[in-house]
Parts: sequence; C-alpha cells; structure tokens
Amino acid sequence: MGTGWYSMTTAVNTKTLTLVQAVNDALRTMLHEREDVILLGEDIGQNGGVFRATDGLQAEFGEERVIDTPLSEAGFTGAAIGMAVNGFRPVVEIQFLGFIYPAYEQIMTHAARIRSRTKGHFTVPMVIRAPYGAGVRAPEIHSDSTEALFIHMPGIKVVCPSTPYDAKGLLIAAIEDPDPVLFLEPMRCYRAFREEVPEGKYTIEIGKGKKLREGDDVTVIAWGAMVPVAVKAAEEAEKKGIHADVIDLRTLYPLDKDMIAESVQKTGRTVIVQEAHSTGGLANDIIAIINDTSFLYQKAPVERVSGFDTPVPFFAYEDDYLPTPERVLRAIDKVIQF
Amino acid sequence: MEQQFPMIQVMDYEGCILMPEYRKKITKELVMACYRHLIRTRMFDRKCVSLQRQGRIGTYAPYEGQEACQVGSALALKEGDWLFPTYRDHGATMTFGHSLKHILLYWKGRNEGCIPPNGKKIFPPSVPIATQLPHAAGAAYAEKRKGTMNAAIVYFGDGATSEGDFHEGLNFASVFHAPVVFFNQNNQYAISVPITRQMKTKTIAQKALAYDIEGVRIDGNDIFAVYFETEKALERARNGGGPTLIEAVTWRYGAHTTADDPTKYRDQEESKRRRETTDPIRRLERFMKQEGWFDEEWVQNIQDEVTAEIDQAIMEVERVPEANPADMFDYVFAEPTWTIEEQKKAYFAWERGGTA
Repeated sequence: MGTGWYSMTTAVNTKTLTLVQAVNDALRTMLHEREDVILLGEDIGQNGGVFRATDGLQAEFGEERVIDTPLSEAGFTGAAIGMAVNGFRPVVEIQFLGFIYPAYEQIMTHAARIRSRTKGHFTVPMVIRAPYGAGVRAPEIHSDSTEALFIHMPGIKVVCPSTPYDAKGLLIAAIEDPDPVLFLEPMRCYRAFREEVPEGKYTIEIGKGKKLREGDDVTVIAWGAMVPVAVKAAEEAEKKGIHADVIDLRTLYPLDKDMIAESVQKTGRTVIVQEAHSTGGLANDIIAIINDTSFLYQKAPVERVSGFDTPVPFFAYEDDYLPTPERVLRAIDKVIQF
Repeated sequence: MEQQFPMIQVMDYEGCILMPEYRKKITKELVMACYRHLIRTRMFDRKCVSLQRQGRIGTYAPYEGQEACQVGSALALKEGDWLFPTYRDHGATMTFGHSLKHILLYWKGRNEGCIPPNGKKIFPPSVPIATQLPHAAGAAYAEKRKGTMNAAIVYFGDGATSEGDFHEGLNFASVFHAPVVFFNQNNQYAISVPITRQMKTKTIAQKALAYDIEGVRIDGNDIFAVYFETEKALERARNGGGPTLIEAVTWRYGAHTTADDPTKYRDQEESKRRRETTDPIRRLERFMKQEGWFDEEWVQNIQDEVTAEIDQAIMEVERVPEANPADMFDYVFAEPTWTIEEQKKAYFAWERGGTA
C-alpha cells in the first residue's frame, strides 16, 4: 500500500499520520466543522481514549462536546440515540468491539430502525466507533471481529478502513451520513504505518472498495486488518508469476458489488480473507455476490481463508487463529491449480 | 422505606381532598379537563379491545385502570416537551396530542402509527422493555445543551426496573443532570409475574436514592396526585434540578395484551374490587359530586363527543389505503442501498407476474 493511489489535483497540505492519528484528525476536523458533532464514550476525555483516538479533543472542544460517560455501553449508546433524534450528531466510542454487546439491543432495536419505523420522521445520524480484531496480544474479549452481527442488521452501514487516508475520509463521510454507521477500526493497523493525509475536510464515499493491486490471475478480497495480510500474500504470489487483483472493501455494508464483479469476471478465481469466524461471515455474502453476478465466469470454487468457528482465543493461540499470508498463499495456489 | 417514600394522595378514595394546600389549584377548569381526558382515554381503550375482538386491529395492549397515571402526567407537559412512551401509554400520547387515527394505525400494524403530529415530540412506543429510558435521558440532555426550558417524560412499568437500561438511563440522567422525569406506572404485574418476584424492595421510588435524585411515590389512581407531582418534577427539571423518579402505584384491570388471559395468574376478583373502590374515574366523579360540578348532561355530552371522535378516527383509519409494500423498502436508509433496491425491484416484478 503505497501512497499515490489518490490523485491530488490541487496542492493540499498533508500530514504524515498513523491510522489512529487520522481518526483523531477526522474527529477534530468535524468538531471544528459542525456544532452538532458531539463525542461520547468511556475515558475519551482527559485520557484521550484507551488508544488515544480522542487525544487532546476535550482540551480543545470542552467537556460538553467531548463527554466522558459512565461505564455503560447500552446507556450512552441509548442516550446518543436520544441526542441524535434531537438534533445532534453523536460519535460514540466503544473501547473494543468485544464490549459492544450490551449496546447491541439499542443498536438493533432502535438506532437501526427508527427511520423505518417512522417513515423518516425521526432519524439517527450517529456513528459508533469501535476498535476491533486480534493480533496485538490483548486480553480476553478485546480481540473480537464480529462485524457480521452488524452487517446482518438492517438499517446500519458498516465501514472498515485499513489505512490512515481512508480512515479519515470515511469517518468524515460516516459523521455526515444521515443514518447510523458502525465504524470499525483495525487496532492492529492503528500504528502499523504512517501515510500522507490531507489536512482539513475530505470524504470517501461509503460503499466503495479500493483496488490495491491489478492482476489477471486471481482476485484477493480483504478488509481491515486482513488487507496487509492479503497484500503480502499477493506479493509472494507475484514472485511465482501469479498476478493478483487485491481489493480492500473499505465498506462492509453495502458492499461494492460492481468492483467485486468486475474483478472476478476478469480473473475467474477468488480468495476471500476474513479474520472473523467462518460460519455466517461476510465472506459468504461475497460468494453470494459472485454467484449472482459472475457464476459463468468462474474457473474455480471460491476459497475462504477465515478465522475458525471458535471463540477468538486467548492471545497465546491467536497466531494460529488469525489468517496469515502463508494460508492466503496456499489458497491462491489452490484456486490457480484447480 | 415505605415510611421514607409514603404514597402521596391528594384525594382519598371517597373523593375528599387530603392535602388542603392543593385545594386552590384544583379549579373547575382543571377538573373538567381531567375528567374529559379520563373518559376519552377509557372509551378509546375499550373501543380498541372491541376492535381487536372483531379482527379490525391486531394484538392490543389495554391500559384500563391506569388512565389517571397517563392523563395526569401528560396534562402536566408543555408544548415543547418530549414524551417517550411504551406500547401501553397511548392514553398519555393521545392526551398530549397524538391523533387517534395514528394510534389506531399503529395497532393495525402500520408504521404511520409511529409518526406524531407536526411539532409534537412523541417518540414511537418502545417495545423492548426499558430501552427508552436512555433515549429520554439523551433527548433531555440535548434540550439542556440547546439551552431550552424543555423537559422529557418517559414511561415504563414495574418490570422495566429489573432491566439494565433502567439503571443506565437513570444513572446517565443523574450524572448529567438531564431534565427528565422517569414516570413509572407500577401496575404490579409484568405480564404474569407479580412485583414481589420482580424486586425485594418495598417501593420503586426508593431506587432514586441510588442515583441521588428525587424519588416520589404517588397513588397513580389519584389524578390530582399524578398531575401535581408530575408538574412539580417537570418544573424541577426545567429549572436545573435534574431528574425525578416517580412511582405511580396503579393496577391494570385486564390482560397484558389481548393475547393473554389474566385469570391464569391472578384472581380477577381483585380487579373487580378495585373498580369499585380505587377506580380513577369513579374517584374523580365522587369529588365532582361533592363540589356540585358533576353535571349529567355535560357528562353525556362528553361521551357523545368522544364517541363521535373515536368513530370518526376509525372511519378514517379504515379508509386509509392498504399498506404499500414499497414503504418497507423506502425508509430503511435516507437513500436505499443497492441490496434493498434490488430486492424491492425483484419483489415488485414478481408481484406483477414477472419471473424475477
């Protein structure tokens, strides 16, 4: 993932940021930009969040706009829904995706369906940010990647960037979106690398993937923390003369159907890399898209490289649980040799 | 705790005023408004049960017996306030200005039933128990942030106090001093489970202590106690005094919903007894008779007016065009996603006899 995949037509000042800094920059930009933006979460004030995603924001914007809440995921998510229907654009931080479950009811039964229940009379323009995923030797329950629970949920969009540039542009788009958005931040990528990120406001359209590499032999699809794994595997495959198209989905609902179809019709061979548990996971929906759009183009059954149908393990086992470039490469070989 | 949170009664079962300090505030105008709304809500509720029996609306949650709670508290609200109801609180929403037509649409399974009249901040009924408490805390906090004098009221039952969201809502409102009134209707049964299985505490009002907020226990069948205590709590909220937990002790005469049979879990003789002794409407009538304000002709006029209003609403509802399945697809997001668009297109193609 180099820079240069976005073009800058005018001279824009940039900063070199990590993903977590880009999140911070997006929040700061929007707190400046819009009076109705309000942040809520545990330890997001003076402490700046457990990952420092909100570092310095309370000092800059005050306790009324960057609100340390009680330790109460359902409570502050529910209160944020009340604020959203009453004119604010709350951005709530769940410390880890594995702690979102108390708020699941609020999201499922209210945030995601108030527009539909009231034919648009009440709406919930809120963003729920949550770091997710394994690979950082975190304690139990701190490493879940249960995006499928929310992708299945009608009425909420699910976004999952893998780079600093995308994180900022997509988070700003999520805050401006008229509907609830779950914004998943791969904690493994939080400080993995830096990238040039434009200052000020820009958006990336929700629902659009990004092509990271072009190749005719195989399509490799990934999102979030699995993007670097997919890229590494594609680089290894290249050495063997296998040219891979690599897609970073960036948005998990709604998926970029056109980008997926275009690529798999070209290659006829697909590998999907998913950190989450296999059964009921997003990879299965991607296969459904391939089935619906590109069945006759397929030269091999689609391969999935997934987490297992086990709870995300204690970290002593996480290297065995997580998909690796080696496992992805094996899957690439399998679809090529079919 | 029952001593610390005594049940406030402004009027006894015989309709005598127990708290003379309120006597001046109990004007004929207020009494007539209370009585009219009580009659209106009861007649509407009975009509809904009957419509359900005839198959003209779906499963219905009656509130008969709880009218004083709902009317008294809703009459204390001001125009710009928020109301967060459950599915058993349309007595409150109709008193606050929701249209009967829309309430009926809700019970006919139509999402239009969740749309309040323009300018009315009436939230759709919360079905998952206690989930509306954090919403009210948040909406009230938003009013405070905007610098308005508006408050929020949120309704919930005794069973709701066992849910986590009860605690989280009260705690949030307490910490942020949100202008919200938590109005509990303790009808003593959560479907079939009596309050003694719901909690060991003798009162619900005492739970306010844990949040360091005001807690009040009132006779929920005494419309004056409900009206004045809710008004007091709302004023406190508007003036920066933070939230109040009101426990209004009441009784639902009938079933949890029309799909339930209360004789399976309680002696319905108790409902019969309460109708004769503590009924909110009979009590107000006793008071009115003592005052010489009970005019048979006026009462008959009210009943006739309400009957006409309800009949008109039913007629309007039954003339509403059939539900358009497009509505199912069109309001999930501001702009439909491609999956929803495709599904809608395919469904309508199939409906028109196509093959998609």
